[in-house]
Amino acid sequence: MAEEDASKGSLSLNWISNVVRPKIRGFWPKRDVPENLWVKNPETGEMVFHQELEANQFVFPGSGFHQRIDARTRLRLLFDNATWENITFRGVATDPLKFRDERRYTDRLKAAKAKTGHEDAITVGAGTVEGVEIVAAVQDFDFMGGSLGMAAGEAIVAAAEAAVERHRPLILFAASGGARMQEGILSLMQLPRTTVAVEMVKEAGLPYIVVLTNPTTGGVTASYAMLGDVHIAEPGALIGFAGPRVIEQTIREKLPEGFQRAEYLKDHGMVDMVVHRHDLRPTLARLCRMFMKLPAAAAPATEEEAPEEATVAEAKRKKPAGVPTVLDDAAAAAGKTP
Amino acid sequence: MRTFLDFEKPVADLMGQIQELRRLQNGEDGVSVSDEIATLEEKAREALKVAYSRLTPWQKTQVARHPDRPHAVHYIAGLIDEFTPLAGDRKFSEDQALIAGFGRFKGQPVAVLAQEKGADTQTRLQHNFGMARPEGYRKAVRIMELAQRFKLPVISLVDTAGAYPGVNAEERGQAEAIARSTEACLNLRVPNVAIVLGEGGSGGAIAIATANRVFMLEHAVYSVISPEGAASILWRDSTRAQDAATAMKITAADLQGLKVIDGIIPEPLGGAHRAPDEVIARTGDVIERTLSELSVLSPEDLVRSRRQKFLDIGRTLS
Repeated sequence: MAEEDASKGSLSLNWISNVVRPKIRGFWPKRDVPENLWVKNPETGEMVFHQELEANQFVFPGSGFHQRIDARTRLRLLFDNATWENITFRGVATDPLKFRDERRYTDRLKAAKAKTGHEDAITVGAGTVEGVEIVAAVQDFDFMGGSLGMAAGEAIVAAAEAAVERHRPLILFAASGGARMQEGILSLMQLPRTTVAVEMVKEAGLPYIVVLTNPTTGGVTASYAMLGDVHIAEPGALIGFAGPRVIEQTIREKLPEGFQRAEYLKDHGMVDMVVHRHDLRPTLARLCRMFMKLPAAAAPATEEEAPEEATVAEAKRKKPAGVPTVLDDAAAAAGKTP
Repeated sequence: MRTFLDFEKPVADLMGQIQELRRLQNGEDGVSVSDEIATLEEKAREALKVAYSRLTPWQKTQVARHPDRPHAVHYIAGLIDEFTPLAGDRKFSEDQALIAGFGRFKGQPVAVLAQEKGADTQTRLQHNFGMARPEGYRKAVRIMELAQRFKLPVISLVDTAGAYPGVNAEERGQAEAIARSTEACLNLRVPNVAIVLGEGGSGGAIAIATANRVFMLEHAVYSVISPEGAASILWRDSTRAQDAATAMKITAADLQGLKVIDGIIPEPLGGAHRAPDEVIARTGDVIERTLSELSVLSPEDLVRSRRQKFLDIGRTLS
């Protein structure tokens, strides 16, 4: 019966689409694997030396496949000199629903903490990108599918407050299967809560830039991830509200090739640009400089578009040393509290 | 012909007996069974009371989805005079899953956002089973902007299994449309009140339920994902929906305990569908009282207190 099917299909905040894939993903090595390991390109089957992959910011040379990276790696690749200040956020009630499915939620949390070394799915850092001071919030898919619960909500609120307090742009890297079902309605409430955080940044006249990475689906897209002043997506990232499996169940058809991928979203007007990981830093810095009315970067050479296959040497050349930032002066001049 | 839910079987049996007796009474002169009927009616009432006094979360879900349950259109008919629906998001199309417009609530002009599931095949298709596409949410934003311009309060009637999960909805930015609608709610400089009438289905609901005050009907449910959906993901078995319904804490009492909602509107014995007029009138009283409370707040206070209310959710739990 149509009604039945339709309502069954309406799992609006789902994680499904990618939760089925970790078996394959789990095979891909993490950072702490032996250095002599070869990594298989999931798209082409080509073997790549792990060190080479890491030096290439976890983008497979040749096919350009962007491997998912954890929050720490993301922050390391983002900030100048791979250094940043961690922003803490307020603690939350652990398991207020006393939730249990096949496992206890508290056990799942413990396992995720042990696996990632993070408190929850979002890590917040403050630092500079090509000399521009920013606050970044990074969602880690390895922590329970990057799911949005109370702690992640508080992390985003803290990131917004830090951005406003320090008068810096907020850059958010999204990666999530959606709301954390083990927190029930409290996870749904993170949609309005994180939207309040976004409004704080916007009302302080500060840029809020979202970088959508693979995958970003469910309630995360239905809140802060789709409210950016600018939306940037990494190539090939799956981005959508309902996961492909849910949609297939609803319409009972195979989905078109490239559906819900970064490039598809750009074609449909939902993201501003699809940016190669090698070009993220200059792109973010350029936008932030303009929105913050900062002078253009000192050396024009650093503003050039990186070629499609930027070499490691080039990437390194483009990374400026830890120069003092112009933003310090700008922030002091602004000096007002919102 | 009333539709009985499985847990209402004792009631259904008694009602069957009563009907049988009535037929008997009409058929044969002189046989008086009215005493017996009265006794059975009393028994049926009692059975109904018992059944509804201890509804499980899954049973509440069934009541919330009951085909005879009064829908948004009934509340609009009962509470809003001169209702004037407006159509279209001015971008792509019209979406009847979310009815939006203006009318008079107890004399006062108001904006209404209402999710309607439909009651028969034709209206269900017309309203897409209450599952809005991006156009529905973009129309909601448009109506909220109008409400703000004319300084009229916004009443949201929430009843949806969720936003529509389809290719065309994704293509046109379902997620963005929901996010923008939630954002519009949070920025409203006029009072808004949301009532969850039946199902509060996830992001599709929160998009119009981010309000200064949020109420639920006694047997309504409100959750991050449908019990069936949670069961198939977390238990990998869609038949575990009952367990999922219980574990997720989706009932009005649960949500009040978690301080997610501001109040519960009691339903008549046996659920809203047994006395629609009564529950519609009660809902009207709650809306009236709430709008009057909110009317004293300045636009700035309305925005500030609404945002703070949502920021506070979960912070006092342990």
